[in-house]
Amino acid sequence: MSHAHEAGHDDHHHHGPVTLKDGFFPWIMRWVSTTNHKDLGTLYLIFSLTMLFIGGVMSLIIRAELTGPGIQFVDPDFYNQMITLHALVMIFGGVMPGFVGLANWMVPMMIGASDLALPRVNNWGFWILPFAFAMLLSTLFVNGGGPAAGWTMYPPLVLQSGDSLPLMIFAIHMMGISSITGAINVVVTILNMRAPGMTLLKMPLFVWTWLITAYLLIAAMPVLAGAVTMLLTDRYFGTTFFSATGGGDPVMFQHIFWFFGHPEVYIMILPAFGIVSTIIPTFARKPLFGYDSMVYATASIAFLSFIVWAHHMFTVGMPVAGELFFMFATMLIAVPTGVKVFNWVATMWRGAMTFETPMLFALGFVFLFSLGGFSGLMLAITPADFQYHDTYFVVAHFHYVLVPGAVFSIIAAIYYWIPKWTGVMYNEALGKFHFWWSAVWINVLFFPQHFLGLAGMPRRIPDYATQFTEFNVISSVGAFAFFIGQFVFIYNMIQCMRGAGQKATDRVWEGARGLEWTVASPAPYHTFETPPTIDPREITAVPEKHA
Amino acid sequence: MKGLSYLAAALSAVIAGPAAAEWGLNMPKGVTAMTREIYGLHMLIFWICVAIGVVVFGAMIYSLIAHRKSRGVEAAQFHESTSVEIAWTIVPFVILIGMAIPAAGTLIRVEDTSNSDLTVRVTGYQWMWQYEYVDSGVNIYSRLAQDSNAARQLDSGIDPNTVENYLLEVDNRMVVPVDQKVRILLTADDVIHAWWVPELGGKKDAIPGFINEMWFKAEETGVYRGQCSELCGRGHGFMPIVVEVVSQDEFDAWVAENGGDAAGTQTAGAGESASAQETASDAGGESTQVAQADTAGSDAGGGDIPMDTLMSEGEEIYNSQCAACHQADGSGMPAAGFPAMKGSEIATGSLDTHIDRVLNGKGAMPAYKDGMSDRKIAAVITFERNAFGNDTGDAIQPSQIKAKR
Repeated sequence: MSHAHEAGHDDHHHHGPVTLKDGFFPWIMRWVSTTNHKDLGTLYLIFSLTMLFIGGVMSLIIRAELTGPGIQFVDPDFYNQMITLHALVMIFGGVMPGFVGLANWMVPMMIGASDLALPRVNNWGFWILPFAFAMLLSTLFVNGGGPAAGWTMYPPLVLQSGDSLPLMIFAIHMMGISSITGAINVVVTILNMRAPGMTLLKMPLFVWTWLITAYLLIAAMPVLAGAVTMLLTDRYFGTTFFSATGGGDPVMFQHIFWFFGHPEVYIMILPAFGIVSTIIPTFARKPLFGYDSMVYATASIAFLSFIVWAHHMFTVGMPVAGELFFMFATMLIAVPTGVKVFNWVATMWRGAMTFETPMLFALGFVFLFSLGGFSGLMLAITPADFQYHDTYFVVAHFHYVLVPGAVFSIIAAIYYWIPKWTGVMYNEALGKFHFWWSAVWINVLFFPQHFLGLAGMPRRIPDYATQFTEFNVISSVGAFAFFIGQFVFIYNMIQCMRGAGQKATDRVWEGARGLEWTVASPAPYHTFETPPTIDPREITAVPEKHA
Repeated sequence: MKGLSYLAAALSAVIAGPAAAEWGLNMPKGVTAMTREIYGLHMLIFWICVAIGVVVFGAMIYSLIAHRKSRGVEAAQFHESTSVEIAWTIVPFVILIGMAIPAAGTLIRVEDTSNSDLTVRVTGYQWMWQYEYVDSGVNIYSRLAQDSNAARQLDSGIDPNTVENYLLEVDNRMVVPVDQKVRILLTADDVIHAWWVPELGGKKDAIPGFINEMWFKAEETGVYRGQCSELCGRGHGFMPIVVEVVSQDEFDAWVAENGGDAAGTQTAGAGESASAQETASDAGGESTQVAQADTAGSDAGGGDIPMDTLMSEGEEIYNSQCAACHQADGSGMPAAGFPAMKGSEIATGSLDTHIDRVLNGKGAMPAYKDGMSDRKIAAVITFERNAFGNDTGDAIQPSQIKAKR
């Protein structure tokens, strides 16, 4: 099996991709016109890191403004633009493309496919994004400034926007098209292009979580597109979907938005579960505990994500029966999520663990995501939510699940697979420093926000009463320190991409299993052009029947 | 740059220990039976999370210490145990049921707005609150207090720490009697707002075109503060809610003083109120006198009110009601869509247009026809047409406003 690939690797310089040595313009055109899943994975990841940086700068503007009571630096309206764009950029530009980039790189290699099923669609799906975000960010320079109604875009407030409104809506449409095409590609690839012997219940868990995520995307993104289109027609074509004066209903927007919005939350966390479920067994040198129950738990979470949306709007004035239903359904999510955490701990139990950087970030994920899970459970208790809702307690909650949750998992995945992508080991000392620095400051940044929220500080305010000063200052210090530390990561990754560093072996990690580790490091431009014969030892899943 | 000094202050506070600063760590217990019940639920779920956290993280940390390769352990290869997995699916489920039952009970009680003693209709505007006492007809508007408003401007040069109750004080407080079940009917005029006073219990959205209900029954007199908690635009951080809970006698006196009818009959066109007498000094300053002057002058018409009186009353109203957007010097905030008064077409041009704008509003400008007496509107228009160098010389009389209603 491996002979074919090593031969391919040797031919690399003759039939491989255009490089900078072949000229600048051909090199640019290679990236513009590429249909190669590895190229597009790289583009997605670079785009994602760029957006995380831009969104991070916006969060620093927010944290700078909150360094003391009184307006420090920016107009309240600009502050509102920053909180709105920070969220849109981080969610649609940072986290989602980050996971899509990882899926591009790894899904074909993990299931023994030569590429994604629809390579041209893949190219198109990526190249929509830079234009979508250029359009979104250009709103900062139009009449009235950027969108300032929060990323949730609640009418009637959002309809007071200036010229940013249609630009934001079209940008969201473009992002949605990109996500849906990417999701269709993942589904078609996984269902049709697995190597012989790679049955569904033998797939690596990262592939499973992405398959389920892709279905969530296909179901949820059109709902968002519908909601924003109704905003557009309300504003420009005289409809009154969301205006009570015309017989419409402003609350209906919230229902539609969160019917998209809650599955969206899991779109941003299920692939992270897959990553952590891949990394922990590698460094514990022990198979994943309860593979089957992990798959079923993921599917349950995906199902439940469609019937809990109204817990984002408990204060909107629902009938008691509705509030009770959404409270119970929301609490139920804790069960499959708990199963996952227990399984990870059981995987570590009596393993032989080492703590390389990917493992550190995965462990950081398990600890800190669980903290976000606990605050989520608290938020599910409807009467208590009446006090927590729209305060910094909520801000702390979703940042715990998104930053040391989703973002840590993306970082862990990059450290884990970059030796395979570039053929070069990253600098382990810098990686460990990056982890500890991030783990400390992320808590300095977000933990005090729990206290602020409980003490009564609403979210989305540019200025606050003086008793909130101390925790806000601590939080701001954490934000700046965390941000600075990320340059260590960027430096480390650039060194790998330049080829500077120790050469990686094909297996890279002692405990690594899976088809991606059977190809050379760096992975040849084309892998598995003929389906591999799967060595049973490379199957990461161990359902009982295969034990 | 103010940030740096706060940073220094906070660091010194950290070193000096909690005693040096007000460190609000937890949810307030509040002053109603409902808030105490919610606080109990909050602490119950918190301790359940702590207990689960101790068990799970404890096992994990033990494993991280004991089961590391550097200690020479061999990895076990077990990867499944149906009984263990069933156990840790069922145990959390049972814990959740134990949690859901008291939560459902509290929720049902929180949502029971029946048998109220007093109903107040609360309307959110960009960016103030209106309180209409349905039983007595008292009608007041409540805005961010002047001193906070001055200090909150960019480069104001005023240190917010020197302002008492910075951002949490209003010109006219909502006043309610102690130990009475107060039902609140919530709505909004422009965009969605949310009404929340932590010590009186949970929040509820104020939605244009909808009426939401909530209630509280405060058991202790005192002043309780909260804020709008749904993003409502540029001034979202600047529309506080202050509720003053007083004895029944004080409340009755306050109602009478503010043109209300304690017997419960509606009084049409009730004057805009001031705060309770005893709070007037720290809240609205001279607003009590304005209210009295208003009653004295009444809307009956009578003789012409002299220019001086109109101007001084008008300035007072302007500073409390108009200056947040149009600014104390009449320069407005054109970039944010709030036009200048100074030399403006409306304030120096047609009087009819000017009166119409104040009575009926336009866009972000609220309508004042229901909340302000003829005399007050006459005074504030007179002020606007003669201050800031507008010098039209117009002295508007209440009768002119009455004619336009």
